[in-house]
Amino acid sequence: MADKTIYLDNAAATRMDERVLEAMQPFLFDTYAVATSEFGYSLGIEAREALDGARGTLAKALGASPEEFIFTSGSTESSNMAIKGVALALGEKKGKHIIVSAIEDFPVLHSAQALEKQGFQVTFLEVDGDGLVSPDKLRDAITDETILVSIQHANQGIGTIQDIESIGKVCREKGVMFHTDATHTFTRVGLDVSKVQVDLVTVAAHTIHGPKGIGGLYIRKGTQLTKWMDGGFQEFNLRAGLENIPGAIGFARAVEIVTPEETQRLQAIRDRIIERALAEIPNSTLNGHRSQRLPQNANVTFHFVEGESITLHLDMRGFAVSTGSACFSRSLEGSHVIYGIGGDHERAHGSIRFTLGRYNTMEDADAVVDALAEIVSELRSISPLGKDND
Amino acid sequence: MSSPYNETVMEHFRHPRNVGKIESPDGKATEGSPACGDMVSVYISVDDETKTISDVKFESYGCASNIATGSIITELAKGKTLDEAKKITWKQASDALGGLPPIKAHCSVLAVEGLRAAIQNYEEKHGLIKEKKPTTPEVVQQRLRKVMDPLTGLGLVRAKLVQSVDVKDGVIHVVVDLPSSHQFASAIKGEILEKLETLWDVKEVVVDFVE
Repeated sequence: MADKTIYLDNAAATRMDERVLEAMQPFLFDTYAVATSEFGYSLGIEAREALDGARGTLAKALGASPEEFIFTSGSTESSNMAIKGVALALGEKKGKHIIVSAIEDFPVLHSAQALEKQGFQVTFLEVDGDGLVSPDKLRDAITDETILVSIQHANQGIGTIQDIESIGKVCREKGVMFHTDATHTFTRVGLDVSKVQVDLVTVAAHTIHGPKGIGGLYIRKGTQLTKWMDGGFQEFNLRAGLENIPGAIGFARAVEIVTPEETQRLQAIRDRIIERALAEIPNSTLNGHRSQRLPQNANVTFHFVEGESITLHLDMRGFAVSTGSACFSRSLEGSHVIYGIGGDHERAHGSIRFTLGRYNTMEDADAVVDALAEIVSELRSISPLGKDND
Repeated sequence: MSSPYNETVMEHFRHPRNVGKIESPDGKATEGSPACGDMVSVYISVDDETKTISDVKFESYGCASNIATGSIITELAKGKTLDEAKKITWKQASDALGGLPPIKAHCSVLAVEGLRAAIQNYEEKHGLIKEKKPTTPEVVQQRLRKVMDPLTGLGLVRAKLVQSVDVKDGVIHVVVDLPSSHQFASAIKGEILEKLETLWDVKEVVVDFVE
């Protein structure tokens, strides 16, 4: 094991920023009370004010009003709530058809599949070779029965950013609710709900150096959403449960720390990885769109070699990355995203995802590509494939 | 920190033994395909008199478990008679490695099957098959189960891609329900030939595509 880990799996989880912890600490040890109403005791009122402040920061980051933003336990809960909440509210009244893209992350994909089992009809919209949803194909897929469209802002695996402005227009034109999972774009790629016609937006703190276990859902005023976690009246009576105030404070602080300059810096590191890997390692293919792409995501398939073998070798040299190879996953299923963009098992098998965060440097990009060049060539030397141009 | 792989497995993964090809091997076989995930090729040289494996090499397109098993199985097989080597089980290979994660069993089974298939390939080429069953369309179908469709990862038979099989006067004619322009057509054809050509009573194998 190398002394220092070069961590390149920031889409999965990030190292928390010290400044976030600093902001959270008073709410763990001093202002630890439940958020009470204005008729409660001082400590509770103080907690309430802090929570409202955090909500204001989050709402503002999306161009929303504070009462349109609720805190959840993370992006999984937010997306479950959006999709199942709309289904419960409109399923009987309006129709039982929903549309999601075929490459959604699991919270959306599996929520849709769960509804399918309960009698909903789900269209899994295909994407093109770069991972893009066609707004025209979406329009064709919408029927009188359609109540909700859920299409991610950007993909967790291959980083492709969808044209959610056009998608939102189509949904509005057809009178259908539109949810987007913005877990990977929040604060890094602009999304202003006063400009994009989106009704529900999933966001989370774990991708931006905030704490784990806190996320949020933007809910446009007037959106019909049925509460499905019962208990108290928290979060505008939409999500029961004691508020995670330290988490909310940490989330808000994490949002404040992200700057456009930082995002640009990550994009330059991303470009270095992509450009060097494609130029210096033969038989490599970029997965996802080259320019309409998350600034912090690179994803490359190295043909004729297997991803778990690559990640294991990288791990021995101190690098943390992930792969779409079936061998790497607990389910032994290859990445549905790579299959979704028309890739076969072989393309998923050797795909490596690099996702960047605040603590990465340009040197990391060079180091990982240098290591990869050696590892891939070593593994290819023992592979039966790729020797006679097959 | 605990890794799913023990020290011995990691050692064989890092420094696999007997890696590579044998030029003009006496027996060879490929199991799996890029389609289903992992793939292993095994090459053997056989001493014709003693019927022992004088050299064995492997190539792997697979995960750590696949590479480590290829490495250990070639070590176990070297110097053994064909009959002994045939009997090496996945359990023995796994034990020699100090155990493998259960979920990775199928990746390592491929290497064991690869060795057996390479031995079978040698025996078929040298007329050593004791039970000479005539080749029927059923025998052919059985063998085609192991040829994979790269797009679905299913065997050709399960993916319903074998349109017809005819066996007549030592000539096997297979029609695959794919266009000949299919990106994997030549790879599939190659695999079919490899699986069928060595059958003792077969003179020729013809593979056609539908378009």
